[in-house]
Amino acid sequence: MVKKKKVVKKASRKSAKKKTSKSLKDNLAIHFMPYSEISKEDVIGRVKKIMGIILKNRIIILQGKLRPEEETKLIENSMTLIGNIPNFQGIEIAAINGENEFSLFDKVRRNIAKILIGEQDAITIIGPATIVKEITRDPKKIELMLQNR
Amino acid sequence: MIKIIRNFAKRLFSGVFKKKGEIKLGFYGSPNAGKTSLANKICQDWLGEDLGSVSSMPHETREIQIKEKVVLEKDGRKVEFKLIDTPGIATKIDFEDFLKFGLKKKEAQTRAKEATQGIIESIKWLDDMDAVIVLIDSTVNPYSQVNITIIGNLVARKIPVLIVANKIDLKKSDIKKVRGAFPEYEVVGISAKSGDNMEEFYEELFKLVKKAK
Repeated sequence: MVKKKKVVKKASRKSAKKKTSKSLKDNLAIHFMPYSEISKEDVIGRVKKIMGIILKNRIIILQGKLRPEEETKLIENSMTLIGNIPNFQGIEIAAINGENEFSLFDKVRRNIAKILIGEQDAITIIGPATIVKEITRDPKKIELMLQNR
Repeated sequence: MIKIIRNFAKRLFSGVFKKKGEIKLGFYGSPNAGKTSLANKICQDWLGEDLGSVSSMPHETREIQIKEKVVLEKDGRKVEFKLIDTPGIATKIDFEDFLKFGLKKKEAQTRAKEATQGIIESIKWLDDMDAVIVLIDSTVNPYSQVNITIIGNLVARKIPVLIVANKIDLKKSDIKKVRGAFPEYEVVGISAKSGDNMEEFYEELFKLVKKAK
């Protein structure tokens, strides 16, 4: 009887170790998302796709930028999920644009490109708040701070 | 098609019958930026009463608060406002943050739930505003995605915006940084708590009203 108990203890320790290493791996997973992955989706489709990845505890590095209404939809969606999905606390998001000092001609050219193919000259980082503690943004850089676990 | 015609008619009639001078003025920003403090200051200055309670604990305002018929008069100009104070917009809420302020677990969970609903309400109300004041805490980094998202949404909806850098009475305040973060917008620095620079704020508010009409 005693031997059996020891075996159970060892087994549970092993599974605990496995769980820890698995969750650590999950915590640090990064999903690189080219703009083409969401370019054909509508607002709901984009939010759904992004939230699907976030709920898998992955950090998204998106080529390009979401539209303001897409960002608010993403926030609304996150708020709805808080309290309904265990351990979900919302998201951290930050976007950074390319160089902002352009000539008038460049600005017009970029605005036309923005209308035609979306704002791809930017990078957006989105992560679950349980993993990403803070994203600080200065005009030209983004700093990503992870939660201590 | 029917929906388009209905919306067009609604806009047309609401424009025709809109009470002259009545401006729906929204207060938006991150939690603890000082939205309610400023709304209270305006209400105190012109009505002699408060609009809502303020607290150092984030998400004190969790429901939309409205004060109607707030009339501002200055140098022969008169404007009637409907002040709409909104819950602070955030991208994350952890109930454990409220425990640090002495709340019990259940109270903290309830507050967190109410805060999430408040954020959804704030976003929904964006469409109903005639003009918006975006409050930014000038003692913290202004490059927050929440500020950028709110302003981006207002621009997309063609709603006039006035950026107010609050808490200029504090040592850490850096209004230059706020101006640097939003160079395309008018930024006025105030302290809603001490009443610093409110004269300039009211002047900018009258300018904002002109854009909203």
